[in-house]
Amino acid sequence: MMAETVIEVRNLRNQFGRHVVHDGLDLDVYRGEILGVVGGSGTGKSVLLRSIAGLLTPKAGTVRMLGTEVRGASEAELDRLSHRIGVMFQDGALFSSLTVRENVEVPLRRVAGLTPETRAGLARLKIALSGLSVEAGEKYPAELSGGMRKRAGLARALALDPEILFLDEPTAGLDPIGAAAFDDLIRDLSQSLGLTVFLVTHDLDTLYAVCDRVAVLAEKRVLVAGPLEDMVDVDHPWVREYFLGPRARAARGARRRDEE
Amino acid sequence: MLVKVETSPGRTPSAIEVTSRPDGTHVAVSGELGLRDLSEVEARLSALTGPVTFDLSGARRIDTSIAWAVVDSCQRLERSGARAGVTGAQGAVARLLDTVRQGMPPPATPLAGPRGPRAWLTQLGEAVAGSGAAFVEFTGVLGLFVARLAQTFLRPREFRLTALVHHCQAVGLQAVPIVALLSFLIGVVLAFQGAAQLRQFGAEVFVVELIAISILRELGILLTAIIVAGRTASAFTAAIGSMKMREEIDAMRTLGIDPGHALIVPRVLALVLMLPILGLIANVAGLFGGALMSWTQLGISPAMFMSRLAEGTEVAHVFVGLVKAPVFAVLIGVIGCRAGLAVGSTAESLGRMTSSAVVAAIFAVILADALFSIFFEQIGV
Repeated sequence: MMAETVIEVRNLRNQFGRHVVHDGLDLDVYRGEILGVVGGSGTGKSVLLRSIAGLLTPKAGTVRMLGTEVRGASEAELDRLSHRIGVMFQDGALFSSLTVRENVEVPLRRVAGLTPETRAGLARLKIALSGLSVEAGEKYPAELSGGMRKRAGLARALALDPEILFLDEPTAGLDPIGAAAFDDLIRDLSQSLGLTVFLVTHDLDTLYAVCDRVAVLAEKRVLVAGPLEDMVDVDHPWVREYFLGPRARAARGARRRDEE
Repeated sequence: MLVKVETSPGRTPSAIEVTSRPDGTHVAVSGELGLRDLSEVEARLSALTGPVTFDLSGARRIDTSIAWAVVDSCQRLERSGARAGVTGAQGAVARLLDTVRQGMPPPATPLAGPRGPRAWLTQLGEAVAGSGAAFVEFTGVLGLFVARLAQTFLRPREFRLTALVHHCQAVGLQAVPIVALLSFLIGVVLAFQGAAQLRQFGAEVFVVELIAISILRELGILLTAIIVAGRTASAFTAAIGSMKMREEIDAMRTLGIDPGHALIVPRVLALVLMLPILGLIANVAGLFGGALMSWTQLGISPAMFMSRLAEGTEVAHVFVGLVKAPVFAVLIGVIGCRAGLAVGSTAESLGRMTSSAVVAAIFAVILADALFSIFFEQIGV
């Protein structure tokens, strides 16, 4: 059975001045999957995320998300859409003048009829689900380590129970143990909350640990998208280098050990 | 009792049904419920007492907020000694309930901060101690500036001429239009108001001395210093503060670049060089405004104005005014840099320090001006 397509990108073109980042880019994301987006530095992974999430208007092409055309949408439609997606930015992008709990409450304030106690309770649940302690919820972002800030950013992205979760380099800058724990967390949450995850990453371990499908960005488009197993057969220098290099072998070995 | 939860068209009908049975209250949750229904659901659940069974067999899809409400009221009932259980959850709903139950944080203990006069007193004490600490930091940065400046004389190669010129342009040249315009207007106002008063005694002609002495001695330089305090102290704080926030200053230290040399000396020195010049420009513009007004309103011709200015006003007034400029410049510059270095890692602290730098700089300028007045009075200049 083919799952429902929640994100459909067609013929996307992004350029800054004369520098073309994407040209004729097509991508589909299906409901319930975890899609890993990889590519070398400067291939526009974050730009793709930003143009899908509506933070950047593409030069040409269409982005349909959850049945709404992002580019031509009215403000009311975009507002409704923003309730259904969650974005975790690279360093959390937390509001520095609010505590972690208040940060998570920010999106909840837009929901009518919630009492402050309810908001606080829900925020505390999201913080706990993201693997932070209750005490961390009362701290300010500046008092947290980088890994904790990422978790707090995840808690805020999850605040409204989004259908699609965008993660920008979730494990970059984490120690291997913290990164592995974050991978598990993403896997668990996506299963139990039924999330669709759009994950931009450099981290091969994350790719092998959590992703159902991988999309490789190269030559200004999605070069290939499919299950990880298929990647080793792709005949493209960058893809071969990436998926058959020493690091990839180690990550693949780790996955095989996990499965045994 | 059946409570229909309002649903938008196109969604499956959703409801919470609360029925009393011999073995306790039975709560049936059905359909699709989400965050938008939470307030309704909460109102239902918070009224529950006694043994309760939650029947989720009819629930097709719920989100974490509904799961949280169910688990939360279960825990609340159990804490009050009643029996509470969940039955019939299937598939995704059961998984979600499990996740929420495992992740459920312990109940919140509201942090009661001190209130009333005690808290007020604490705040006052902290504010006083804080301004004392700020003064100590100010002397620290002042000392750093003086020390680095002295080192510059010993080792001129470390001096950053480009930075100095850049800051001279930013704090000096670019401030000329606003400084000139405002002191021109003050000159106009002084002539207008002074003449109205002096006319009562038939002494209009003394308006020249009035304008000249007040502008040259006090107003020209004080006004300039206040404008520069607002313009430049804030710019220094914002620039240094955002560098501090992005760890650029730590990076400088690790690269062996001294922030005093690189950031403080060029800025403060640029102010010391530029403020007297701005003050002089303010004096000229103020006198020009006064002369223009005297001519049109009182019929004192420019030639007459000039000769009375030269005869009746000692040149000492100009020096009394301008000698204050370097002192004001050091105060403004050091206060601005000090506030920038005190910025923490939050965006809010940057804003707070910027506004406090402007307030502190203006306060310091006026206080110093008052002290200068007493000093000149004592030595009889």
